[in-house]
Amino acid sequence: MNSYSGFGRIMLTVVMAMCLRIAPWPGFLSGINPDWVLLVLIYWTIAVPERIGIFHAWTVGLLTDVLTGRVFGQYALAYTLIIYFCLILHKRLRQFPLPQQGLFIFFCLLFSQILLFWLKNIQHPAQLHTSFWLPVFTGTLCWPLIYTALRRVRLSRRTK
Amino acid sequence: MAIIASVALLITEHQSHRLDALRATLSVIVDPLKYLVDLPTVLIEQTADSVSSYSTLKKENTQLREEQFIDKTRLLKFDSLEKENIRLRALLENSFKLGEQLLIAELLSINTAPYENIVVVNKGTRFGVHPQQPVLDANGVVGQVFRALPFSSEIMLITDPNHAIPVQVNRNGLLTIAVGSGQLNRLNLPFLPNNADIRPGDLLITSGLGGTFPSGYPVAIVDDFTPITNKPFVNITATPKAMLDRNRELLIVWSDSSPVSLSSPPTSHEKTPETTPPNGQATENGLIREAPKGKRARTARDDKSTGAPAGTGRNDQSAGSGLTRKAPAGARPGTDLDE
Repeated sequence: MNSYSGFGRIMLTVVMAMCLRIAPWPGFLSGINPDWVLLVLIYWTIAVPERIGIFHAWTVGLLTDVLTGRVFGQYALAYTLIIYFCLILHKRLRQFPLPQQGLFIFFCLLFSQILLFWLKNIQHPAQLHTSFWLPVFTGTLCWPLIYTALRRVRLSRRTK
Repeated sequence: MAIIASVALLITEHQSHRLDALRATLSVIVDPLKYLVDLPTVLIEQTADSVSSYSTLKKENTQLREEQFIDKTRLLKFDSLEKENIRLRALLENSFKLGEQLLIAELLSINTAPYENIVVVNKGTRFGVHPQQPVLDANGVVGQVFRALPFSSEIMLITDPNHAIPVQVNRNGLLTIAVGSGQLNRLNLPFLPNNADIRPGDLLITSGLGGTFPSGYPVAIVDDFTPITNKPFVNITATPKAMLDRNRELLIVWSDSSPVSLSSPPTSHEKTPETTPPNGQATENGLIREAPKGKRARTARDDKSTGAPAGTGRNDQSAGSGLTRKAPAGARPGTDLDE
C-alpha cells in the first residue's frame, strides 16, 4: 500500500514535469525551457532506484514523444540510456555534493541533447542553432531547485 | 532491451506510418495534459469576457454588425459571380471544382518544440480531421494539418522551414513556391528569376497546384526588395496575411476536390436529403449563405446536404463546433454515381 502511494507520487511529479515541458513560456523563456521530465526522472532514479527503472524511463520517454510530437522512440531512447547510467552510478551520485551532481547532470543533459540532434539529423538535415544548447545550461541550473523540491516530496512521504 | 525497442520504433516510424494507431492510443493518455496546460489561458480569457463592460460590448456589437453588413453585401456579388462562373464553365463543358467545408478549431496554448513552427489545436480525428488538410484564418492561409490525433492535431505553419506552399501572384498569375523561413512574419520566395514580374505589395494567393491547398486563398504580401542584377535569382520575402502569432481560432478546411458534373439532372438529388436527415439539419444551422432560387440553386442546395465528408457532419453538429459550409458544395462522387 505504502509503495503504491509512493509510486503515485512519483508519477504525479512526472506529470507535472510534462506540463512544465509543454507550458507556453513567454518570449525567450520558451527557448531555454529545460527538459523537466528528464531531470525529475534522474532525481527519482538516484533517490529510489528500486522503484524507477529502465522500463519506466522508456515508457515516460514514449509518452514524451507523443506529447511533443516527435518521432517515436526519440526521447524513449535518450531517457533509457541516461537512466541506465544513473542506475549504475546512483550509489556514487548520492555521495556527491550538489555542485558535483550538477556537473553530472550537465553531461547527462548534454548527452541527451546531442542524441536528439543526431536523431533529428538522420531524419532530415537540420541546422544547428546556438540556442539549441541553452536548455542544457538552464537544466543544470534548475537541478538544485528540483533536487530540493523533490527531496521534500520524498521525505514528506516517509514521515507519513 | 528498451534500447532495441526504441531503435526499432525509430526505424519503423521513419519508414512507414504503421505506428499511427499506437500514437493515437498513447495520445489519449497525454492529451489531457495539453488541455490542462491550456486551462489557465482559457480561464483568463473567459474572465476577461465576463467582466467586459456594457459599453465595450455595445461598441463591439455595432462594429460587428457593420462588418457583417458589408460582408453580406460583398457576398451578394460573390454569389452572382459564382453563378456566372458555373454558367461559363458549363458553356465550356468544363467541370466545376467547388465544395469546401470549414471547422473552427481553437489553438491550445502549449509549446511542444521551441524551434519549430508547429501549433496544436483542440480538434482531432474525432472531428474528422486528417493530415494534409489546409488550415486558414480570417485573413489567409495558416498552414496544414501535420499530424491528427484523436483529441488534438498538430498544425505546421506556412512559416516552418520544412514547409513550402505553391503560390501565385494575384496580379498576373505568376506561379512560384513560398518556403517558410522559420520566423513567424516571413516567407521566402527563392525560385524567382531576376526578371520576374513581381512588385512589392503584390498579393500572393494559393495556386491550387499540389492539391493540398485549395486555390484562391490569400497567403502573403510581397515585401520591399532591391533587385540584384548580377545574380540569376532574386531573394524576395513576403509577409504572411494570416496573423500567425495572434490568432486563437483557426479554420480547418475540407476541400472536396471531386468535380461536379454540371449536366446532372436535379431530380436525382431530391432523394438524398431524406436519407441523411442529420446532415440536413447541420447545414440548416451552419449555412453561411443561402443560395438564390432557381433550378441550379436547388441543385446546389441539395448538394450541400450530401457533400459532407464521411464521419464529420454528425459529430460536429452534436458538439456545436460551428461547422459551416462555405460554398455550394460539390456532391461527392458517391452521390453522383447514384443517378
